[in-house]
Amino acid sequence: MKKSLFSTKTMVATALGAALFMVLFMFVKVPSPVPETNLQIAYGISAFFAAVYGPVAGFLIAFIGHALSDFLSYGSPWWSWVVASGISALVCGLAYFKINTEGKVSTKDLLVFNVFAILGCAIAWVVVAPVLDIVIYGEPVNLVFVQGGIAFVMDAIVSCVIGSILLLTYSSTRSSKGSLTKE
Amino acid sequence: MKIKLFSYNQLDTFVHKLSGLTKLVCFLLLTTTVMLTYDIRIILAILIFSYFLMNKAQIKFKQVKTMFIYVGIFLITNFILTFLFSPTYGCEIYGTKHVLFPIFGRYEVTLEQLFYQCTKFLKYLSVIPLGMIFFLTTNPSEFASSLNHIKVNYKVCTSLSLTLRYFPDVQRDYHTISLAQQARGLEMSSKAKLINRIKNVVTILTPLIFTTMDRIELITNAMELRGFGKGKKRSWYSFKPLQTKDWISMFICLLIFLFMLYIRIFVNKSMFYNPFI
Amino acid sequence: MEDIIRFNHFSFKYYSQAEPTLYDIQLNIKKGEKILIVGPSGSGKSTLANCINGLIPFVYKGDIQGSVEIDGLCIGNGNGKQAKSLFDVSKKVGTVLQDPDGQFVGLNVAEDIAFALENDNTPLKEMKERVEKMAQIVDMQNFLSNNPYELSGGQKQRVSLAGVMVDDVDILLFDEPLANLDPKTGKVAIELIDDLHKDGKTIIIVEHRLEDVLHRHVDRIVVIEEGHIVQVGTPDEVLSSDVLQKCGIREPLYCTACKYANVKLTPEMHPESLDSLNMDAVSSSLHNWYDQVKPKEETQNKKVVMKIDNLCFSYDGIKPILSHVSANIYQGEMVSIIGKNGAGKSTLSKCIVGFENQDEGTITIEDLDLSKLSIKERADHVGIVLQNPNQMISKTMIYDEIALGLKIRGVSEEEIEKRVTHIMKICGLAPFKKWPISALSFGQKKRVTIASILVLNPKVLILDEPTAGQDYYHYSEIMNFLKELNEQGQTIVLITHDMHLMLEYTPRAIVLCNGEKIADQKAYEILCNEQICEKANLKETSLFTLAKKAEIEDPVQFVEKFIQFEKERKAYEN
Repeated sequence: MKKSLFSTKTMVATALGAALFMVLFMFVKVPSPVPETNLQIAYGISAFFAAVYGPVAGFLIAFIGHALSDFLSYGSPWWSWVVASGISALVCGLAYFKINTEGKVSTKDLLVFNVFAILGCAIAWVVVAPVLDIVIYGEPVNLVFVQGGIAFVMDAIVSCVIGSILLLTYSSTRSSKGSLTKE
Repeated sequence: MKIKLFSYNQLDTFVHKLSGLTKLVCFLLLTTTVMLTYDIRIILAILIFSYFLMNKAQIKFKQVKTMFIYVGIFLITNFILTFLFSPTYGCEIYGTKHVLFPIFGRYEVTLEQLFYQCTKFLKYLSVIPLGMIFFLTTNPSEFASSLNHIKVNYKVCTSLSLTLRYFPDVQRDYHTISLAQQARGLEMSSKAKLINRIKNVVTILTPLIFTTMDRIELITNAMELRGFGKGKKRSWYSFKPLQTKDWISMFICLLIFLFMLYIRIFVNKSMFYNPFI
Repeated sequence: MEDIIRFNHFSFKYYSQAEPTLYDIQLNIKKGEKILIVGPSGSGKSTLANCINGLIPFVYKGDIQGSVEIDGLCIGNGNGKQAKSLFDVSKKVGTVLQDPDGQFVGLNVAEDIAFALENDNTPLKEMKERVEKMAQIVDMQNFLSNNPYELSGGQKQRVSLAGVMVDDVDILLFDEPLANLDPKTGKVAIELIDDLHKDGKTIIIVEHRLEDVLHRHVDRIVVIEEGHIVQVGTPDEVLSSDVLQKCGIREPLYCTACKYANVKLTPEMHPESLDSLNMDAVSSSLHNWYDQVKPKEETQNKKVVMKIDNLCFSYDGIKPILSHVSANIYQGEMVSIIGKNGAGKSTLSKCIVGFENQDEGTITIEDLDLSKLSIKERADHVGIVLQNPNQMISKTMIYDEIALGLKIRGVSEEEIEKRVTHIMKICGLAPFKKWPISALSFGQKKRVTIASILVLNPKVLILDEPTAGQDYYHYSEIMNFLKELNEQGQTIVLITHDMHLMLEYTPRAIVLCNGEKIADQKAYEILCNEQICEKANLKETSLFTLAKKAEIEDPVQFVEKFIQFEKERKAYEN
């Protein structure tokens, strides 16, 4: 099947995905075991949508979603982290080319998804976010790398766990009716 | 908490009448100016300028109160963390050390550190009003149209305005689903164990995602039936062509940006303004 | 008149399905004709509509045999000029979808109307003029800068209509235009469509609410069942035959009344509408029937289970949503709360289950004050089933979904097994125990959500619009199920704007209007009261109008007898 990168459907999915990302980013924060930090459930959404609709959709969902949430809650986005959010979903979206989300998701598919999700989080939070923080905002080096490290662990957990559960649920809703019999 | 997204109001002010593109360019130029410098003089000037603009745009403090509270919490946390992680960063930057008073161990309050952190504090504070002005005075569709005008792919522009169009719907869905699940006994508070908390979130997420996916199909059909995606170009009902005042505004912001660069390169010869030498 | 749409031995099979959905369709529609397509869910009527607007074959793929010609464009194996994309077809056919929110893609009215023009890269000046003109045609010119949240369902539909007509299409296709509208707004919508027809548009309406569509004349009705066209004819012909009954489509109530009175309807009597119906031919039979049916005294159970006392609520402290509402819900009854959108009926239910907290007043269930309880604790006394089952279902397997509430409450596995199995049996879900929920139909999903609430043993069950968007078959399926539950002693409150539902299934109805209770009486009395109907955006039932026209001395009692007669008949049939 030809996979188009930005069809109208992908565009609508991007828009609604970003809206969903915003809602979760602003309202659903699960307190984590590390004090004063939250698991951002929204990253599970961007990872899932990225796997189903591709890297472009993934990037835009996280980028637009994060930027607009920042606008709404802080008045101005923290660009380094907004870009990092986008990149984590972009990398995770590369899994879109390797797995088939239309049928039954196999263990191998899940593995591929998780590898890309972790890779995406690593690049975004260990490299992109801290470096941009230093370059753009002139933040102290140790501070940004510690923050980045914590963000990496949290978001990798969320992307992998929530993303995998959603992928499995999504693929199970697409099972064929033919195999079912009444008791 | 209900957030009114369409709170950009059609007031008859100079700021409101600027094109969305102008506001974006000015916003980016001014924020970049602040980002690229640690010169407290420039930062203070922009701080005053941005609050002046906010006043011009008739933004009431009531509208932005919650944002300021969030920003305040963020800035104070950042202030404390910076000190905890790098208490001597100021001395490294400015190359001198004027100790005011010691706390314990390597933690001592220096004039340099205080100056660095205050500059940083003001730096973030001066950007906030700019974002608020941009967000509260710009019509999203008009903004999308001006993005498209500067050659951003129109599907990307449309997805931006569609996000704002459907955010309230998704928010309402989330609210309803979350209440319905709470009625079935779901505990969302921090009393539950971490693994249970994640499980509970998934219980809300599943219906939310699948209602959203149904909606994606419906909206896609509705848009394609009305010819969306047919051509390489599309026009925009809300498009406002740039006028003289737009060009002047962008020019002023560009001047401010260039002035900052001049100070940074030729006067301070670094990102930082150093009053200690 | 020339044909504008021509189906020629057309068959269609979706790739994902084993059997064709449409078989050998042979149908010609003339330019300027007004056609109504009816059929039960799954009959293929939506598929047929999708063949006309081009979603088939350009979005939904499948095998096509034969051909369709739409205003000179050919789809399938015909000789004419082939349609190359969905956009070719959408230049000829404008589609107004069922869900006005999904179709409203602009941030305000003007932008939404302009959407098709934007996609055509129309210059700004021309666009503004055309939007202005279209807005006037649908009477929305004063709302151009309003956003969708400030509009009612009827207004949104007008915007949708303007948004497709702005393309200057000749054919307008309406997919269930009445599904989301209250009766009075629906009536206005049908009048608007009729005006467009008079301006020369070809109109195709897909809708199962036959009586409401026939408020204005249609040229022909096409009846579809199981992928075949079973009848095409004028409304007079179709209503005189028994094809509607056979397909499970509800005929207008006045026709049913005539049939109960042993009148054999013929096209010559013009049963298309009450205005054209030849009363001389039916009047005496109706009188006979009216005299024969003896009214039955209903035994009333008067034990109050839930008491709502002087309830006030407002979101912003300024505009009251509910003001001083008081009502009793009796043990074992099935009662409806009705009123137009925004009348406060949903808010009332939210206050009862604790989603919102009232500003004043109390709600008690068997003398227990609910205001001190959390949402979760209230769920043990009163349960709510949302309109859209997809908003409630969070598990993939039926058993897990129903068991969820008990699991969270820490009930033992054995007890859960026992209670879930029992509820599944009551709800007719036992054969599907091991099925994934995604394989169920809408009605079955609805049962699952009802079961998942019932398993907590609430004393009162509230359902929000239980049958919205369902055809007569599924409507009956859901309502008969609720009736069974009710007969087993479950107290049920229905929130609805469906008049038929309230007339047929709930003896009593509470009417809200602008946050105030304006009526609390027998359902048939409400639908015979012009004043209440007017205030609550309802429509007087055609039974009442029929009785008045036949000069029956007590038309209200005629309606009562009809309901009673129908109940007995259905009970007998079952």
